[in-house]
Order: sequence, then C-alpha cells, then structure tokens
Amino acid sequence: MLGAGRIAVLSTNTKTTRIFKLVSEPVIQVEHLRKVYGSTIAVDDVSFEVYQGEIFGMVGTNGAGKTTSIECIEGLRQQDRGSIRVFGVDPQKEIHDIRRKVGVQLQESQLQPRLKVWEALDLFASFYESPLDWEKLLEQLGLTDKRNTAFAVLSGGQKQRLQIALALINDPQLVFFDELTTGLDPQARRTMWDLIRTVRDSGKTIFLTTHFMDEAERLCDRVAIMDKGKIVALDTPENLIQSLGVESRVVLTLKEPHDIACCRSLSGVTLVEQNGDRVLVQGKGEMLVVEVVTALAKEGIRFSDLRTEQPNLEDVFLAVTGHEMKD
Amino acid sequence: MRGFWKLTSVEFKLFLREPMAAFFTLVFPLMMLFIFGSVFGNKAQYFGLGTVDLSIPAYTAMIIATTGLVSLTISIAAARELGILRRLHATPLTPISILTSQVLVLFLMTALGMVLLIIAAKITFGIRFNGNVFSVILGFLLSSCSFFALGFVLASISRTARSAQVMVMALYYPMLFLSGAAIPKWVLPEAVRTYGQILPLTHVVNLLTGLWLGEPWSAHLKEVTVLVVMMVVGLIVSAKTFRWE
Repeated sequence: MLGAGRIAVLSTNTKTTRIFKLVSEPVIQVEHLRKVYGSTIAVDDVSFEVYQGEIFGMVGTNGAGKTTSIECIEGLRQQDRGSIRVFGVDPQKEIHDIRRKVGVQLQESQLQPRLKVWEALDLFASFYESPLDWEKLLEQLGLTDKRNTAFAVLSGGQKQRLQIALALINDPQLVFFDELTTGLDPQARRTMWDLIRTVRDSGKTIFLTTHFMDEAERLCDRVAIMDKGKIVALDTPENLIQSLGVESRVVLTLKEPHDIACCRSLSGVTLVEQNGDRVLVQGKGEMLVVEVVTALAKEGIRFSDLRTEQPNLEDVFLAVTGHEMKD
Repeated sequence: MRGFWKLTSVEFKLFLREPMAAFFTLVFPLMMLFIFGSVFGNKAQYFGLGTVDLSIPAYTAMIIATTGLVSLTISIAAARELGILRRLHATPLTPISILTSQVLVLFLMTALGMVLLIIAAKITFGIRFNGNVFSVILGFLLSSCSFFALGFVLASISRTARSAQVMVMALYYPMLFLSGAAIPKWVLPEAVRTYGQILPLTHVVNLLTGLWLGEPWSAHLKEVTVLVVMMVVGLIVSAKTFRWE
C-alpha cells in the first residue's frame, strides 16, 4: 500500500499551490459512473477521485448531474453502470458500514417543523455508536442560544448550520454537502464557507456540490465542472483559470498627466493603452498588478481608482461548456 | 435497533405537538361521547346495552380511521415531501425501523384514544360491557393494522402532502358518517346500511360492536376476512410502491 503512492496537486485557499504525496488510496474512486432516468441520461460516464483532506467540489447548473452523482456515492441511489468505491468499498454493498463512516447533508432536506434543535441532535446522536458531544457541536456552530427553537422557526442559515451539525455528529472522515448554500444570503454563505474550512482543517475530507462559481473558486481545492451529465473539466481552480490563457487587466487613473512608457517594458505585458488620464495595462501572470504598481511608484507617478480584472471560474465555465451559468 | 426507541419517543412528542392530530385522536371522541351521551343517556335498550355503551366500539373505529387513514397518510406524505424520510434513510437506521417507529407511535395514540374514551365513559356514564377483553383487544389490533396498511398504500400513491390530504378527506368523511362510526347504525337508512358495506370502516364498526356485545368470532367471519385481506394486500402494495422521496 505504501508503495502505491499517488501524487495529487492540491491548493489551499490562500492560493499557494502545495503538493501532497498521498500514500493511501483515494477516499472516493468513481469509474465510468452512469445513471439514467427514463430517457434522460443524468450522469454519463463520469470518473474521478477524491483524496484525503481535500475540499472537492462539483459545479454545474441544475440538472447537470451533480446531485445524482453525490447520491450514488452516498449509497442513496444505485448506479446503472460503473463502479464506486468509498474507503475502498462499494457503498451499495457495505451500506451500513458507509452510513456509519460518512456524514451527509442532503439537498433541500428538512426536519420535522416542530422538532427542537437539541432534540434533532440528541436524536441523530442516538443512531451512532460513539457520537460526538452534541453540546459542543452546538457551540461550534453558533447554535447554543437556539437549542430550544423549533426547526421551522430557524432562519435559512441556522437550518443549514443544524444540518452541518447533524452531518458531523458521528465524527465522519468524509462529509457530503449537497447545495449547502443555495437560498442563503451572501453573509450566511460566507459563514458556511468558514465552517466548511474549519471542518476540513480538522482533517476531514469534503465533497460538495454547488452552482455558485465564486463558492467553488474560493472554497474548493479541486473542482469538477459538470455539464449535461459529464465532467467537462477537473483541476484546481487556479489551474483551470490559467488553462484559459486569458490575460489580466489593470485599469487606473493618473493624478496628473505622465508618460507611462515604464509599463510597456514590464515582462508579460502585452498591451498598454492610455486615453487621457485613464490607463489600461494588459498582460499575463498573477503578479501583473504588483509589477505595474511597483514600476509606477519607482517613477513617482501618482494614480488613483485602481482596479484589476482577472479571469475567474465563471470564464472557465463559459469556455468549457459553451453556455453561461444560469439557474 | 440503535436509535429506534429514541426515534419513537421523539415522534411521540411531535405527535402531541401537532394540535390537529392530537385533538381528533384524543379530544374529539370525548366531545362526541359527552355531547351524545348527555342527549341520549345510557338507558339499556339494545341487548341490555345503552347508546353510550354501543358508542364506545363505534368511536374506537373512528379513532382507528383518524390515525390509520388520516394521520398516517398525511404524516408520511409530509415527511417524504420535506425530505425527512430521505434524511432518516441516510442514517444507519434500517428502513423497517424508520417505518415501524411511525406506525408504533400512531398505534400507541390509537390505543391511548380508546383507553381515554373508556375511562371517561366509565366515570361519567358507568358503561356496561358484555364481551371478552382479549377478544376486543384482538379485534382492535386487527382493525388498526388493517387501517395502517391502507394508510401506507394511500401515502405511497399520493404525490404531495396536499394531494394526500384531499384524498384522505374524500375517503374519511363519507366513511365516518356512513359506516356507523360517528352516527349509530340503527338511525341510518336501510340503503346506506347496505351500501355502507363497501366501506372498510363499516367492517371495523361491526366487528368491534359485535365483540363488545360478546358475540363469537364465528359471527364475524365476513368482517375478519375483509380486514385481513385489506391488511395483506395493503402491505404487499405499499411494499412495492413505497417511495422515500
């Protein structure tokens, strides 16, 4: 086992790429997964692996096959073709073993409206042999003052935080989040991101689906873009964006008229335009803005209103699927 | 079995928090008892029994229809629509223990409704009973199981909680008034009594009333056959059509 080392390129959310040498088998292995509903092919020949300790995301529009994929891996659905291994076993055959080892949050799944927060945790804790102390979980998820509140009265963000708590109650090594942040306001979404990062930092592997491109870009170590049942791209967000070969732009306003020839000689710069006091510099590489600012400072050129335009995962999605992300 | 009893006790609490369900199962039969009991009294007139005595098995049939047909169908359909069944299905609980806990809670509520009814009637009207306690309990069990099976079939075929509600009400109200459960059989016209035979609840009313009067099981083979067939067919159909989502 130790000999069969695998190398996976992962990156942290701080955008620095690091290399993990993984000596164990992947946590999830999917090969040629296919699932058909009537005449609709929901998932069509999908293969990928998820490694220990990463946040793996599947992005795509509604109906792209994300939920079907995640639910096949969770063992909730039986695939028509292909093989799935979770911790090395077939989730369909070892369903009870898998249910004990993984945590799930299902898309659009609610709880009984009159069930109180503490009762939900107490109930779900009773399903497992050695559950976590749910009082602590409540505290970690900021729900302590909601412990006696009925599920129906919770806000959208609180409901999802409770769902996270229920997914973590058995201290799983692998956690699934299916459209966790759908329907939440931007602030609640950011809270979810922080919580997911905290969960990952405690050593767990996370598999999530989302239809928010910014979420996938900022949160996931690796992203699989799904379209019409197929994975059309799979890599780190950085690599996906770089593979586009699209250049970054820096736009700024000069405080006083000045010649900006110093910018033309910078490495990687492909275009410099000046229109009155407005300046546009276009070029390759993440460091473009730093180089431009340094060059201007060295010349003593003062400027304001600096903006950068960088390609993002949305551009990648458009490029690989040929259509816009729409809900 | 890990978690089964916890789930059952939580569902029990949740049932009591649902005002409609708790009212119709536990309180409404008592209201019927007090209202009609104070109007008609409990003078011995039918086989040595009075109106109140004979209303006990009839109201018990009503409670069975309320929990088995209405509460079970709507609660399963709602739990499915909200994704609660799916969420429970994704835990180590076995599917059978999830469904058993639902049925067990409703069965306990049905039994509680019946016991409250008997106690209240005993205290206020001093009811008479000519039957065998074990026979009545057995008849009660058979009737309950049969109606729970029916509820499962209806829950399986309804698409949403709302459509389940409509379907259930369309079955429940005619059944309640034409079977002899809410309105005593002997005041119903002959034609209603004849056609009432197609309603499953009529057989529950007849069986329980017969057992309450002390009639032998052999006098109720028709009712027993209907209820056993309904239970077996119901279980087979719901096992084949039941959906978690």
